[in-house]
Amino acid sequence: MLALVSPALLVILALIVLPVGWLAWQSIYHDGFTLENYLRVFTEDIYWRSFALTFEISFAVTVIALLLGYPVAYLANSVPKGCSILILSLVVLPFWTSVLVRAYAWLALLQRTGVINQFLRYLDVISEPLALVHNTLGTVVATVHILLPFMVLPLYATMQKIPSDLMQAGASLGASPSLTFFRVFLPLSLPGVLAGCTMVFVLCLGFYITPELLGGGRTVMVSMLVSRNVELYNQFGAASAVAVVLLLSVLAIFFMVSRFIPLDRVLGQK
Amino acid sequence: MNMRRTIGLGCGLVGAIGWISAADAAEQITFVSQGGAYQEAQTVAILDPSAKKLGITINQDSIPDAWPAIKTQVGSGKPIWDVVDTPTGYCLRGGEQGLIEKLDFAKMPNAAAMPEAYRSPYSVSYEFYSSVLAYSQKTFPKDAPNSWADFWDVKKFPGRRALRNHPIATLEAALMADGVAPDKLYPLDVDRAFKKLEEIKPNITVWWTSGAQSAQLLNDGEVDMEMAWNGRVSAVAKEGAKVAFTYNQGILQSTSLCILKGAPNLDTAVKFLNEAVDPVHQANLPLNIDYGPGNPKAFETSVIKPERAAQLPSEPVNAAKQALMSYAWWSSPAGEAAEKRWASFMQK
Repeated sequence: MLALVSPALLVILALIVLPVGWLAWQSIYHDGFTLENYLRVFTEDIYWRSFALTFEISFAVTVIALLLGYPVAYLANSVPKGCSILILSLVVLPFWTSVLVRAYAWLALLQRTGVINQFLRYLDVISEPLALVHNTLGTVVATVHILLPFMVLPLYATMQKIPSDLMQAGASLGASPSLTFFRVFLPLSLPGVLAGCTMVFVLCLGFYITPELLGGGRTVMVSMLVSRNVELYNQFGAASAVAVVLLLSVLAIFFMVSRFIPLDRVLGQK
Repeated sequence: MNMRRTIGLGCGLVGAIGWISAADAAEQITFVSQGGAYQEAQTVAILDPSAKKLGITINQDSIPDAWPAIKTQVGSGKPIWDVVDTPTGYCLRGGEQGLIEKLDFAKMPNAAAMPEAYRSPYSVSYEFYSSVLAYSQKTFPKDAPNSWADFWDVKKFPGRRALRNHPIATLEAALMADGVAPDKLYPLDVDRAFKKLEEIKPNITVWWTSGAQSAQLLNDGEVDMEMAWNGRVSAVAKEGAKVAFTYNQGILQSTSLCILKGAPNLDTAVKFLNEAVDPVHQANLPLNIDYGPGNPKAFETSVIKPERAAQLPSEPVNAAKQALMSYAWWSSPAGEAAEKRWASFMQK
């Protein structure tokens, strides 16, 4: 058994454990052991603000993705097979386009001279272009678009496994369709909700290109803090410390979620 | 049999390595720049002619931001690069941190003949660009903004604005907007600069992070005026956008050549540095891209036509209208403190 898995273990060791270990090491060792980098992360204003903003945006993105994704997954689950494949491929299709391309596409849509503003002006709904991008709004819109598949797919997988007999049983006992939905279907789909939300939230925590291009420079998320620490301030230690704190928050989230549902469901197996 | 084959292969490899090292005896260096159209232009104008003249091989590598790589390469004790073309500030900072070789100008007559402000103990200016005030000619068909004071004057020049999300050149612009003369900027009055920046901050729509982004903002009409690099603005203008810029109060910046500490081909690298700032090679650069030569003697060769020279940031008349960036100040403790202060300014 060990002989069988050892190549895989080696790959994990070389590609994951060693680099992460080196990162953690770099954050505490620079000409001697130091906690200075972590002290800075926990005491300096800018780090707090970035972490707070990152969690706020991730939360907003998760909620919006859930509100948009649930009906889509529900629809895909309740229509005939052929239709559901069509719906799911429409969800997954943007997934194969580069994140950078999608960010620029959103720019073309949202900016002052963009499609949406020009259309609204043409309709005379607005006289001055709306500030749809180069702020947090633009960042959230594009991030939701990019992460939506990660919400829809786990939801759909969970919904597929809910036996339709249960809804029929509810209906035969006299419950209205909305009552069967809220009392039977919704609770049974909750593991999918949790799985989708965890995926979207955790992925959003590490977003970089989207806020960089659509945030107008003010939406400084944690990943941007890491890059600026390396590029601008030349502080590898501080950058590593930020990265380690982010990694630990992600692990903590996974740990908390795993107490409610098995992790393999979050990660999309079975 | 398997064993014998392995040995045979091994011998072959050793032979091959021996052959490669023999080829090494013909001198070579590894030169690193920032890639793209810029690196292509310098290959034609400077690298290929220098290699030919010196009889050396110039291997090229490119990286958008060399600084982290310089740090890790020299830190590992075995750098693989020799010469880097990078913003001058990194050469100075690297020099102080023992990552960059000190230059012996006695071995580089071409560099020694350049103005002292264009050199440092660790670097020599290679090309110039400028952070200029650029604007849309659609928004300002006449009476365009012509100084940083105009940029700050939101009443007289209404419109959306963008600045670079970086303190370098931005603090200089703020001080000039506040009335400091271009030649009296250093040491920068950092408090005064940030105070002036607070004033314009509510009117800044975008703080851009890449040159491509700044070009796109101007091209799409997302902003009406911004600080941008001259080459980016002229590229957009060439494509037909109604945009222009002024060299008045521009901030003249350079990238420099410097040599990594412990570079594998140090002697050849020094020879190359001298050749790279040769006035004729330097004069060829602006024929291929909108950057100015690092060596002002290039303007004395007949290679650059007067009308072309007038467009370049380092042409003497244009240079006189601008502030020359002091990289020495920016890599001083005060400069580094100002850089750090930028992050909290942005997030407030």
